[in-house]
Amino acid sequence: MAKTHVSTVINGEPVEYLCEPQQTLLDVLRDELNLTGSKEGCSSGDCGACTVICDGNIVCSCLMLGAEAEGRSITTVEGIAEGDKLHPVQQKFLEHAALQCGFCTPGFIVAAKALLDENQNPTEEETRYWLAGNLCRCTGYDKIIRAVLDAAAVMRGEAAR
Amino acid sequence: MSFLDKDTLKVVGTRPVRPDGVDKVTGRANFGADMKMPGMLWGKIKRSPHAHARIVSINTDKAMALPGVKAVTTRADFPDIPPDKRVLGAAPANLWDLSRNCMAKGKALYEGHAVAAVAAVSPAIAEEALELIEVEYEVLPYVMDVEAAMAPDAPVLLDDIFTAGVEPKPTKPSNISKVVRFAKGDVEAGFREADVVIERRYTTKPVHQAYIEPHACVVSVASDGQCTIWSSSQGQFMVRGYTARIVGADIADIRAIPAEIGGGFGGKTIVYLEPVAYMLSKKSGRPVKIVMSREEVFRATGPTSGAVIEVKLGAKKDGHITAAKTVLKYQSGAFQGSPVQQGCICGLAPYDLPNAETIGYDVLCNRPKVAAYRAPGAPIGSFAVESCIDELALELKIDPLRLREINGAKDGTKAAHGPTWTNIGYAKTVEEAKAHAHLKAALGPNQGRGIASGFWHNAGGESSAACHVNEDGTVTVTEGHPDIGGSRASMAMMVAEVLGVPFETVRPVVGDTTAIGFSASTGGSRVTFAGGMAVTQAAQKVVEELKKRAAVTWDISPEAVEWKDGKAHPAGANAGGFEPLPLAELAAKSARTGGPISAEVQINAQGQGPGFTTHICDVEVDKETGHVKILRYTAIQDVGRAIHPSYVEGQMQGGVAQGVGWALSEEYIYDKDGRLENPGFLDYRVPVASDMPMIDTVMVEVPNPRHPFGARGVGEVPIVPPMAAVANAIAAAIGVRLRDLPMSPPRVLEALDQAEPMRQAAE
Repeated sequence: MAKTHVSTVINGEPVEYLCEPQQTLLDVLRDELNLTGSKEGCSSGDCGACTVICDGNIVCSCLMLGAEAEGRSITTVEGIAEGDKLHPVQQKFLEHAALQCGFCTPGFIVAAKALLDENQNPTEEETRYWLAGNLCRCTGYDKIIRAVLDAAAVMRGEAAR
Repeated sequence: MSFLDKDTLKVVGTRPVRPDGVDKVTGRANFGADMKMPGMLWGKIKRSPHAHARIVSINTDKAMALPGVKAVTTRADFPDIPPDKRVLGAAPANLWDLSRNCMAKGKALYEGHAVAAVAAVSPAIAEEALELIEVEYEVLPYVMDVEAAMAPDAPVLLDDIFTAGVEPKPTKPSNISKVVRFAKGDVEAGFREADVVIERRYTTKPVHQAYIEPHACVVSVASDGQCTIWSSSQGQFMVRGYTARIVGADIADIRAIPAEIGGGFGGKTIVYLEPVAYMLSKKSGRPVKIVMSREEVFRATGPTSGAVIEVKLGAKKDGHITAAKTVLKYQSGAFQGSPVQQGCICGLAPYDLPNAETIGYDVLCNRPKVAAYRAPGAPIGSFAVESCIDELALELKIDPLRLREINGAKDGTKAAHGPTWTNIGYAKTVEEAKAHAHLKAALGPNQGRGIASGFWHNAGGESSAACHVNEDGTVTVTEGHPDIGGSRASMAMMVAEVLGVPFETVRPVVGDTTAIGFSASTGGSRVTFAGGMAVTQAAQKVVEELKKRAAVTWDISPEAVEWKDGKAHPAGANAGGFEPLPLAELAAKSARTGGPISAEVQINAQGQGPGFTTHICDVEVDKETGHVKILRYTAIQDVGRAIHPSYVEGQMQGGVAQGVGWALSEEYIYDKDGRLENPGFLDYRVPVASDMPMIDTVMVEVPNPRHPFGARGVGEVPIVPPMAAVANAIAAAIGVRLRDLPMSPPRVLEALDQAEPMRQAAE
């Protein structure tokens, strides 16, 4: 079957690619565009390791076809920091030791960034439910939740960056 | 040099950002599946749809004929491993079993057992080719559960297994591969002395380690036989050695490069893919990548044993336990080697028992071969013992912490399995629990509080480390253990402490098998202990060398030089009035004083301190739905010395969450044909963020005198108590005891339904 030509925006840059009809956005990101920061943990939308932001909404890139990115704007974990300046969520993940193996981390970073784009003052419970689609097997979530809440405080201007 | 005095430490005990952190929050870190090579093929594995079947024939012609397919491999390509080559060094695995697990020989022993593999130019073509491989099976009777597999008329999986550990030596093959027994005192006399004797039976289901990263590797075999492996594992030396033996290669011909590892928890201490990718690469002449799907991870790797455990406890009215007896029956899956021995040992280890006996059965069944899972075996035995201790406390009307105070192991206690404890912190964990504010918090209706303790012996063993002083005075530390949860940070911290330099000037590297000497795998909570001992000794050797270089510079004796705060100082007024020489200056002039300044050490670390812990858990039970909510959780653990406290807390919190999943929701569910029904995260439910509360941690520090900084392993013991802590809390909340895991909503409702008529009758 012929490949599909796709024009999209990834991490603020216009990108064009050819993809096969069955290729997911995750396959395209990882295998065609070398953006391997998004991870494949399940390919069924259950683990959240491949989370990206598509036109402002978080989606599992394993559940979206590469062809469906046409005309959209996608943000992956590689696009969360501004140049060499880490996003507060990234910085707080480091300070709180909110990662152990680091494999689920890209998905959490992207999902948490999207939460804070929408709500800079989430409660612990809101944060836990927002991130309930991201599995972490190492941390027990404690330090992840603290890191996100602390990043929110930074973004509200209430804590030191 | 000793670093046991906490007050003198400047780096150890602080919480710096891990050196590999930025790459991991920005998506740059390379995990197993992130590697690519020019000309690389994609491998896929064909797996048995049957729980037990004779492989009559395999026809790969149609698959090979598919355009884009470059190689097919089956068992015919793999050598048999003679008995004298089935064990490698001190590694625990039986490589003949592992070989037959990587590629079935003669019979498929579980649904998901690999029977063939293909390599093709794309994943889609490889997938299509799998369908074209024709396997003819003769389906055999199968057995899934441990007691059924022990029955004399059970289908026998392997005809070369004769029960070890019994006299006389059996002449008939059996699924019981091994019987282990430990005893102390006279257990029957102990029960006769008791005022109260209780006897209970508990069961657990197999659960998966459920690391989020599926197994993945790229293997490249050149025509001269030299091979490079990139893979995610808990040990690059394990990957190298096991693969060499399974494919029949020399170890020196294989270079194993460790990728970042996306979780392992014991499940990546053996190989599944690398030998298969090796064969496909050898046959195709091209590099081959294989990445497991999540379904494959569930069907063919991991899990830990499902088990039946019987516990009998006898005690005096004052709470003194007079005798304990446990019988543990563990599934090992398709090959021998369940962790039943550790279950036997660890369940009873927290207690000072005058009379004790424990018997364990290692039992084959038609399930995936079990792999190590965090404190392998211990959580299962401890779920039973710690539940039964709670039942005994209720029976005796003694507070469960008080019961543990009365019977807890302390320095000088001889454990049922042999050793006499020294420098253990169990009593301190109980003491801290008693003093914790958590115990005083009020509980509402349908809420209850549970206590449970746990033990893990931890591990030492072989480790290598190198410490290189760079030309500018910064330091590179090379270690041989994959960093699974922040160990690079701990290694760099210990080196920085020894050298007296800032943490940020010490950069750690996990070396490949050609960059550093042999190191046993990351497992057994051994890295901070054994790896930490190795890096510390390497840094100490560097300090000795730096003192010599200063002595040469000053033209005095090395004994007249002392090392302090990253500088060489004259040891006293008699040594001479020299200005201190900082590390950077000595490094810059090293060519003039004897050449590069480096040290490498190889050790077989002994004296790992055992880990003890006590947990407090509050739950609320919804009597309508059977749902159990964890309200509050506190883990108190003797950590020896916390090198990087945040990562120690993280180990404790992560272990608790895994234990909560084991307690409440995780289980392998099979259909009537022995096929796994829930090989995905939707139906195999691990805890998510909204299932958990914050997890309080209390780090008790009873330094381990055998480690330079007093560290003991911390990673595994936190998964030992949660199942019993949750069960005990549920019993306290609703007055009903659940003895079968998981305590999922249907089981809780069933238990409530069964208890209701009894309650009404009692009223």
